Amino acid sequence: MSHSTGQTPRTRLRRIVTALVLGLSVFLAPALVLAVDDPSEMLPDTKQEARAEAIGSQLRCLVCQNESIEDSSAGLARDLRRVVREHVAKGETDHQIMDWMVARYGNFIRLSPPLSVGTILLWSMPVLALLLGLGLAFFSYRRRAATPVAPPPLSEEEKARLAKLTKE
Amino acid sequence: MSTQDPNKPCLTRRRVMMGVPLAGAAVLGVGFWKMLSGMQQGSFNPHDINAPVLNRPVPDFTLPDQTPGQGFATQDLKALTKPILVNFFASWCIPCLAEMPTLMALKDDLELWGIAYKDRPENAAKFLQHSGNPFTRLGSDRDGRVGIEWGISGVPETFLIGPGGIIRWHSATPLEVETIRQTLIPLLAKLKTP
Repeated sequence: MSHSTGQTPRTRLRRIVTALVLGLSVFLAPALVLAVDDPSEMLPDTKQEARAEAIGSQLRCLVCQNESIEDSSAGLARDLRRVVREHVAKGETDHQIMDWMVARYGNFIRLSPPLSVGTILLWSMPVLALLLGLGLAFFSYRRRAATPVAPPPLSEEEKARLAKLTKE
Repeated sequence: MSTQDPNKPCLTRRRVMMGVPLAGAAVLGVGFWKMLSGMQQGSFNPHDINAPVLNRPVPDFTLPDQTPGQGFATQDLKALTKPILVNFFASWCIPCLAEMPTLMALKDDLELWGIAYKDRPENAAKFLQHSGNPFTRLGSDRDGRVGIEWGISGVPETFLIGPGGIIRWHSATPLEVETIRQTLIPLLAKLKTP
């Protein structure tokens, strides 16, 4: 094109930025695309639909096990997506919907496990182990420092020798 | 045997330092061995998805008839006075077809009620004609909603329902003769003599 020679540095920069944004969006797009196969699945209210998607992305697809029900196109995931949307449309809270799912499928359906005695213990174990190790190291170090290896007291024979030596 | 110095304490620091990790390893070893042997016997399954239904009453549901049987609902299971098995199956499910001979062999000892999961009624009927029908009652869960109420993640899945409609046992894999002998029969004996 005849215009290509007449580019100012500013338009060239703008083009590079546009190209970069477009290029990056190719990589970002798959993360945004959810497996809602059929647009009729979606709730007409965009706010409610966003809520349903947020809840669904926290629920494990029990068929594929490593995907959320929003990402999966398994039959069961589709059914559960529909259930979530029905509950959202009924005006239930996120908490109520989660409880409904957990009552049927257990905590395994939650992609992020809840806080419980077990999970707190699990997550704090590295810190606890580190503290325990540091504590043990500290006490054993202090005990060693407090009891310096004292030389045994001199015997009578040695005392006499020492006296003789210091006299000289 | 070496003679020990009587002045030397039995529990030296050196022995403790050696013994504690050894004891720890032994405890871990026993734990892992128990898990592994449990996996072989079927008493421990790390992939078991829905343990929450165990020892709970059956969920609320109503199922229409599935030819050639009569449908059923929560009340029918709660009115039970003896244990039965509830089996989710589908004509499109190959493991269900493989499971059918086991169910046919079991039906004289234990009553079986079937639920056709996400299946066309005519296909499910043909499937039962072909493989034999082990079920006393049959319901059709056309849209899979009752399956979700029960917390199933696929077919076949089997539930042991105790008297009064309490779920006593669950299997998310096809029933095998081994499972029946090692798990189901001892459980049934326990349910009959409370």
